[in-house]
Amino acid sequence: MVEKILEVKNLQVSFHTYAGEVRAVRGIDFDLDKGETLALVGESGCGKTVTAKAIMRLLKVPPAEIKKGSEIIFNGEDVLKMSKKRLSSFRGEDISMIFQDPMTSLNPTMTIGNQIMESLKIHKKLNKKEAEKEAIKLLELVNIPNAKERIKSFPHQLSGGMRQRVMIAIALSCNPKILIADEPTTALDVTIQAQILDLLKELKKEFETAIILVTHDLGVVANFADKIQVMYAGQVVERGTRDEIFYNSMHPYTWALLSSVPRLNTKGKEELYALGGTPPDLILPLKGCPFSSRCEHCMEICLEEKPEITKLSDTHSLSCWLQHPYAPKTERPAVLRGERDE
Amino acid sequence: MNNENLIEVVNLKKYFSVGKDRTLKAVDNVSFNIKKGETLGLVGESGCGKTTCGRTVLGIYQATAGHVYYNGKDIHAMNREEKLKFKKNAQMIFQDPYASLDPRMTIGDIIGEGIDVHIKLSHKERQEKIDSLLGKVGLNSEHSARFPHELSGGQRQRIGIARALAVEPEFIVCDEPISALDVSIQAQIVNLLIKLQRELGLTYLFISHDLSMVKHISDRVGVMYLGSIVELASNHDLYEKPMHPYTQALISAIPIPDPKIEDNRNRIKLEGEVPSPINTPEGCKFMKRCIHAKEICGKITPELKEVEKNHFVACHLF
Repeated sequence: MVEKILEVKNLQVSFHTYAGEVRAVRGIDFDLDKGETLALVGESGCGKTVTAKAIMRLLKVPPAEIKKGSEIIFNGEDVLKMSKKRLSSFRGEDISMIFQDPMTSLNPTMTIGNQIMESLKIHKKLNKKEAEKEAIKLLELVNIPNAKERIKSFPHQLSGGMRQRVMIAIALSCNPKILIADEPTTALDVTIQAQILDLLKELKKEFETAIILVTHDLGVVANFADKIQVMYAGQVVERGTRDEIFYNSMHPYTWALLSSVPRLNTKGKEELYALGGTPPDLILPLKGCPFSSRCEHCMEICLEEKPEITKLSDTHSLSCWLQHPYAPKTERPAVLRGERDE
Repeated sequence: MNNENLIEVVNLKKYFSVGKDRTLKAVDNVSFNIKKGETLGLVGESGCGKTTCGRTVLGIYQATAGHVYYNGKDIHAMNREEKLKFKKNAQMIFQDPYASLDPRMTIGDIIGEGIDVHIKLSHKERQEKIDSLLGKVGLNSEHSARFPHELSGGQRQRIGIARALAVEPEFIVCDEPISALDVSIQAQIVNLLIKLQRELGLTYLFISHDLSMVKHISDRVGVMYLGSIVELASNHDLYEKPMHPYTQALISAIPIPDPKIEDNRNRIKLEGEVPSPINTPEGCKFMKRCIHAKEICGKITPELKEVEKNHFVACHLF
């Protein structure tokens, strides 16, 4: 029986700005099992990072507000009701995060050794000597050569890939059960990206850490995720296992995302599928389906009412009116179907 | 496409001095040519000298050594008049659409600035020209009175393209024009670039680290490593049968959005990272990370050789 370690129910997050209330996350639900990798995919501004930060309670309140009715449950414990003291042990020991930009998320005035040791001293109550030993071990674990010398380096002396490894080492220092990786490889080159992804995969196997991967790169997702959740305008539009999303997705937005990436087997200079328009303004209330304004298959009802969730299998569900029995039959776009036959 | 070379780069070098006895060889002995109407892609990891190369080709940087010929004329030896003409004919699209537009100018003035310098139109003609350019890049004339902060990233990149097109260039250096944009917007911009190339017969030097996008848009692709081109071939040859060990590793590292392919792939793993480009030693620069490294690689810098027809590789294995 798989163990559920995180449950998010009806999460709603708003930001109060001068222009009005920005409803960045509009009611999303998901579960995370032990040792599983869940990918949150979508364009910038769709609420991926806000969701990740809300789980860690890292959003500044105000301007942010986690609305009433939202629930985040970690191992049976309500994260939104945690005391300050419990929160500081929760972050680090139970859950930790790798940020997008390794250049700015390390402290430039501290050696990397001290930055790793900081959390070891606080959470694991190690003394300086033990912490240093542990820090060296961690650096070796993330494949940093010459770890004994390296702990004395400052972040500016390291390359981007090395810094990201240090970030991973810090995040793993207290064996968290959940690791949130917010665009962990976006700032890196492809060869380094491959190294970091391999590293994360190994670590996942070794420690059975569950990973929430926030990304817009579908290539990374294909390689790495178990389950995928596609987000649009603060809502989940489709979710499923990796294969269900890549080979059997039914939501037009997922189709658009999948077909706008060039494939290495296309003949070149063919027109790429490009989604027109831009995502809706999140200050305004959304009537109907959030994607309706950009959707090729938009029907009258899509403008009026929010689509219900249709379940295609135990793991695969989506919200789209095309799934309604009265809706016209639509086929997956040819680019995507071609791939399935291979 | 005809066989006339629009751009010919011969042994181009661009060194930067970074303190006493320390030289950063950003572009080291690079040679290539671009035919009229063709797109040459330039790929490589950050710090490999792609951008410096593009800028030196345009004459934004003075070359340390070597020549860049535009229509047979050396751009570094042009007189004032010829240089002005070259600057009209060769334009650039920048990476960051947020930083490359002056926040205090209206869109109309940003696009019109080049027209004022190079073409000189009456007020009315200028406005008409701006409106038609906005139409060409998929915006409308309303945008010309707006300021950059009112536009989204994709719209701004369209302004960057309209600005480059305003002076009717023949050649455009696109320096990572899509890397700051969202996936769905990237596709829009790439489609626009391809469409404009067909309509206006433009020639592109397309610089990017996104290998799948480069394959999509280019006719030929050059791979750079630490300031040198290690492989240059037609895009089909380069991606189907890469020869240089670095190209092979690079191509095998591209994430493919298809789980079945991803699961059964053999990745060539590269150990370590790109070494510092300051005071690089003699010999092949890729040697330290190369699995095939031999003695000769540390002694002699490999030259770019034509191994197969139109397939150039700089490696001692061939």
